[in-house]
Amino acid sequence: MNMTDYTPLLLSLKVAGISTIIVFITGVYAAYFLSRKKFWGKMVIESLFLLPLVLPPTVVGFGLLILFGKKGWIGSWLLEWFNIQIIFTWFAAVIASVVVSFPLMYQSASAAFNNLDHRMENAARTMGASEWKVFRTITFPLAWPGLLAGLVLSFTRGLGEFGATLMLAGYIPGKTDTIPLAIYFAVEAGQMEKATFWVIIIVALGFSTIMWLNWWGRRNVERYKNHSS
Amino acid sequence: MLEVHIQKQLAHFRLDVSLKVKDEIVVLVGPSGSGKTTILNTIAGIEHPDAGSITLNGQPYFQENRRPLPPQKRNVGYLFQDYALFPHMTVDKNIRFGLKNKNDQDALFLIKKLVHVLGIGHLTHKYPHQISGGEKQRVALARALATEPALLLLDEPLSALDQDTRRECQDELLRLHDIWKIPFMIVTHDLAEAKKLGDTLVHIKKGSIQKVVDPSAQKLNCF
Repeated sequence: MNMTDYTPLLLSLKVAGISTIIVFITGVYAAYFLSRKKFWGKMVIESLFLLPLVLPPTVVGFGLLILFGKKGWIGSWLLEWFNIQIIFTWFAAVIASVVVSFPLMYQSASAAFNNLDHRMENAARTMGASEWKVFRTITFPLAWPGLLAGLVLSFTRGLGEFGATLMLAGYIPGKTDTIPLAIYFAVEAGQMEKATFWVIIIVALGFSTIMWLNWWGRRNVERYKNHSS
Repeated sequence: MLEVHIQKQLAHFRLDVSLKVKDEIVVLVGPSGSGKTTILNTIAGIEHPDAGSITLNGQPYFQENRRPLPPQKRNVGYLFQDYALFPHMTVDKNIRFGLKNKNDQDALFLIKKLVHVLGIGHLTHKYPHQISGGEKQRVALARALATEPALLLLDEPLSALDQDTRRECQDELLRLHDIWKIPFMIVTHDLAEAKKLGDTLVHIKKGSIQKVVDPSAQKLNCF
């Protein structure tokens, strides 16, 4: 095995990184918006948001192919008007990663916003703070521990994404071979040494993330203990 | 002058009150769940009545069939139960939070004065979890008054304090009212406290006013 070929690691980090940025912004916005509104059909929307969590990734991949494939609703339009093809590119891996990790971000952010002490926000409003200032200086910092947990979970989920990625991005070495895909095709080709290398890398990444999250979570529990005293 | 005429359907009863408050201390007293906090919330603009009107010094805050004035535009200071100090900001940042312009010399002078009057100068660099209940109350008062409100609402401001601190803070509130001369509206379920603080006592039960008492007149009547 050529040990200097780190493409799968770099590609995985790039895909998971970009996907996490997209998921963080959209997930936080959606959770904040829905936490403040009550309307008919809210539960349906929330269920749709969380659906990719319970569906097999192949089903998500199938749905994305229907949308972004060459003859898909969005795919054909992009191809016709901008000559852009999504499938079989690294960006297809980003889309797959966004869809499967969005529910994790949404769920964490939603819990964080709903568990906030809303008197803090109201206190800020009575002091003349605009809604944007309330969000920026009160809501966001107080919800940050929950948002960060969602961010980290989304990143690791993006890093480990396989099924939907394979269906939408395919396996093109040097182009769409993220670590999980590299492992699968290495095993299929009988390159156990190569597969083991990537398995160790991804287990180490996942393990350190969970360790860090646990440490962070405990730290916050202690912090809030102090606050309530 | 604050004028409140509001109706609002709550879970178990209908809130229906009419009040006029001059630059005095009005205490709303009554059992828990009688709608006292809801009255303060509607004045602050955090909740809205179903019908009625709220005006402060002639400015309409709420009128039927009109868009209510948002809390940001009401010139109302609100001291929440348990104070709702921002846990991630120092005392100093908490107090300065409502400043529109950080270099506004008049506002900074007012804050200096408030910090001095309330004796919290030694706390400014501490976080809320590092100070005592009585100190939190003083910080919350400074924060609420720093925006120069035309009315101060206080929801059970002393309920979390021990007896001695409570007595001290009651005196403090009276002293502040003497200095600021704006209407104070205080919610409590402690009748003795209500009598000590209030120029007017409004007894509320299940959303309606049972009686309005002037404690000083009552004292005169005793003689």
